[in-house]
Amino acid sequence: MPSSHPSSNTPPAARKGWRAAVAGIADSIEKPVEVLIRVCGWSSIFLVAAIFLFVLLGAMPVLPKIEWFGEHAFFTSTEWHAKDDHNPSYGVLGMIVGNFAVAAVAMLIAIPLGLAAAVYISEFAGSTTKEWLKIGIEVLAAIPSIVWGFIAVTIIGPMLQKYTGAQWGTNLLNGGIVLGLMSIPLIVSLAEDSLRAVPDSYREAAMALGANKWEVVRRVLFPAAKTGLVASCMLGVGRAIGETMAVLLATGNKNQIPDSLLDPVTTLTAAIASEMGDAVTGSDHMASLFTIGLLLLIITCAINLTANVFIRGHKKKGAA
Amino acid sequence: MNASSNPFSPAAYELKKQRGMKIAHWTTGAIAVALLLPVAWLLWMITVRAWPALSWDYITTDVRSMGAEGGIWGPLIGTFYLTLMCLIIVAPIGVLAGIYINEYAPDNALTRSIMVAVTSLAGVPSIVHALFGLGAFVATMHMKTGMLTAAMTLSVMTLPVIITSTKEALSAVPKNFREACWNLGASKWQTIRTIVLPNSFGGILTGVILVIARAAGETAPIMFLGAVLWVPIAKSGAERLAPYGINDQFMALSNHLNLICKDIPGMSDQMMFGSAFILLVLILSINGAASVVRSRLRRRKRW
Repeated sequence: MPSSHPSSNTPPAARKGWRAAVAGIADSIEKPVEVLIRVCGWSSIFLVAAIFLFVLLGAMPVLPKIEWFGEHAFFTSTEWHAKDDHNPSYGVLGMIVGNFAVAAVAMLIAIPLGLAAAVYISEFAGSTTKEWLKIGIEVLAAIPSIVWGFIAVTIIGPMLQKYTGAQWGTNLLNGGIVLGLMSIPLIVSLAEDSLRAVPDSYREAAMALGANKWEVVRRVLFPAAKTGLVASCMLGVGRAIGETMAVLLATGNKNQIPDSLLDPVTTLTAAIASEMGDAVTGSDHMASLFTIGLLLLIITCAINLTANVFIRGHKKKGAA
Repeated sequence: MNASSNPFSPAAYELKKQRGMKIAHWTTGAIAVALLLPVAWLLWMITVRAWPALSWDYITTDVRSMGAEGGIWGPLIGTFYLTLMCLIIVAPIGVLAGIYINEYAPDNALTRSIMVAVTSLAGVPSIVHALFGLGAFVATMHMKTGMLTAAMTLSVMTLPVIITSTKEALSAVPKNFREACWNLGASKWQTIRTIVLPNSFGGILTGVILVIARAAGETAPIMFLGAVLWVPIAKSGAERLAPYGINDQFMALSNHLNLICKDIPGMSDQMMFGSAFILLVLILSINGAASVVRSRLRRRKRW
C-alpha cells in the first residue's frame, strides 16, 4: 500500500490528520535540516580551534615581554609577580612542579586502587556486587569538584593537621588525596572497558590450558589490554592536571617548590583561578594568565591526544 | 603421603595456584569496597554537619550578610536558570552533532578529526573554558558578563558530553532497523526521524540529564563570567521565581559554596555545610534520575 507509507512522494491528499501534516512539514525540510546537522557536526572542530585561537589572542600582548631564556626565564624561574606593573616577572616553574607533584601523588593513589577495582568489577565480582560497586563509583564521579575542594578544606585538612602535625591542612598531600579520589572513577571505568574489550576466546583458551582466573588476568588480560590500561591512566593524569576548583582549595595555593608532602603548593590551574579576580581587563597581568592557560591547554591536549592514539591503536589490533 | 592416599588430591602446585587466586580475588574485592567507604563516610560527615542548618526556610530564604545568615534561595534559583539556559543552547547542537557523526559522516579523515576534536574538547581544563569565555564572548564580542555568557561557556564545556552520549545511543539502534526503513522508500532524514530517534530517545535523554548535572556543579567556568556573591532579589511576586535577566549578574550554588568557604573568613560551619549538602543532593539526584532512565530503558529494550 504505497499511499499509506510516509514518503515524500506520496500525494498530500493520502495523509490524514495533524500527524500527517507534521510529517509533511518535517519531510519538506530535509535539505535545510541536513545542512544544520552537518554544521553542528563540525562544531567541535570550530570550537577547539576557537579555544586555541582566543586563548592565544589573550596571551599575545605579553608574549614578547616574557623572558624566554636567561636567569628569570619562563620555564626555569619560580618568581611569578605578574601583578607588579613596574617590574613584573613571569616564571612558572613552581606551578608546573606543583601541578605535576599533585598529579603524581594523586596517581600513586588512584592508579593501583583504580586498576584493582576495575579487575575486580570486570573479572571477579558477581552481578549484584558489580551493580552496587558501579553505583558507588558513579556517586564518586558525580561529586562536583567544588564540593571536593570544600571537603579538602573542612574535613581532610584538619585531619591531616591532627595526624601528621602539618602546619597547614591544605597542602600537596591533601590535594593529591582529593585528586586521587576524583580520578578513580575515570580510571576504573576506562580500565574496565579495556579489560572487557579483550575477546572472551582469550579467556577461554587460557582457562582450557588450566589457568585460573587470576592467572588469566595477570598473564592474558593485562598483556592484551596493556595499551588500553595505559591510556586510561594517562587520561586520569590529564584530568588531574586540568582540575581547578578542588586543587585551588586543597593545595594551599603557595607558589613554591615543595620540600615535603606537607608543603602547600600551587598549580597552573589554581594560579589562574586565584589571580583572575584581581586582573584588570586588557592588562599584562590578564594576558600573563592567558599565557598560563595556553601552556595548560597544550599540556592537557598533548596528554589526551597521546592517550587517544594508544586507544585507537588498541582498537585496531583488537579488530584484526 | 597425602598424594598416595588419594590420587586425585590437588598437587602442591595446584594448591599454590588456588591460593594465589583467592588472594587476588579478596585483595581486589577489598580495594573495590574500600574505595566506597571514604565516599560514604564523607557524605555522612557532610550530612551530619549540615543538619542544623537544614530546613525549608534555609532553601527559600535569601542570602543575607554575605552568606553568613539567611538561606540559599538566590543561588539555587540562579543555578536552575543557568542550567536551563545551558541546556537550551547545548542540547540541540549536541544531539544534531551526534546524529551527524553516527548517521551522516563518511569514514574519512575529516570525521576522524571531528572525533579527535570531541575528545580534545572534553579534555580542555575547565579554567581554560573560563579564559575562552572571557576572550571570545567578553573581550571580542563585547558581551556583558552575566547569565548568557556563563551559559554559553558552560555549553562549550558540556558539548562533548552530549555528543558522545548521543552517538552511543544512536549506534545502539541496530543497523537492520534502518535498512528496513530504507527499503520502504524512506529517505535518510525520514529514517532518522521516525525510526532512529524514537528508538534511542532514552539514551539521548540520559546524556542530557548528565549535562544538567555537570553544568549545575561546575564552578571554574562561571566564576569570572557573571557569577557573584550577592545580588538583590525581589522579596515577593513573580520576580522572586525569575530574579535574573538574561544579561544580569547572578548567584549560583556552586560559586556560592566556593566564595563562602574560600573568601569569607569566619563563616559558620553549618552555613557552609548546608550549601555543600544542598548542592550535593541536587547533583546526586540528577545523576540518580539519569541512572533510573538508563535502567528502565535497558528493561524495556525491544531488540
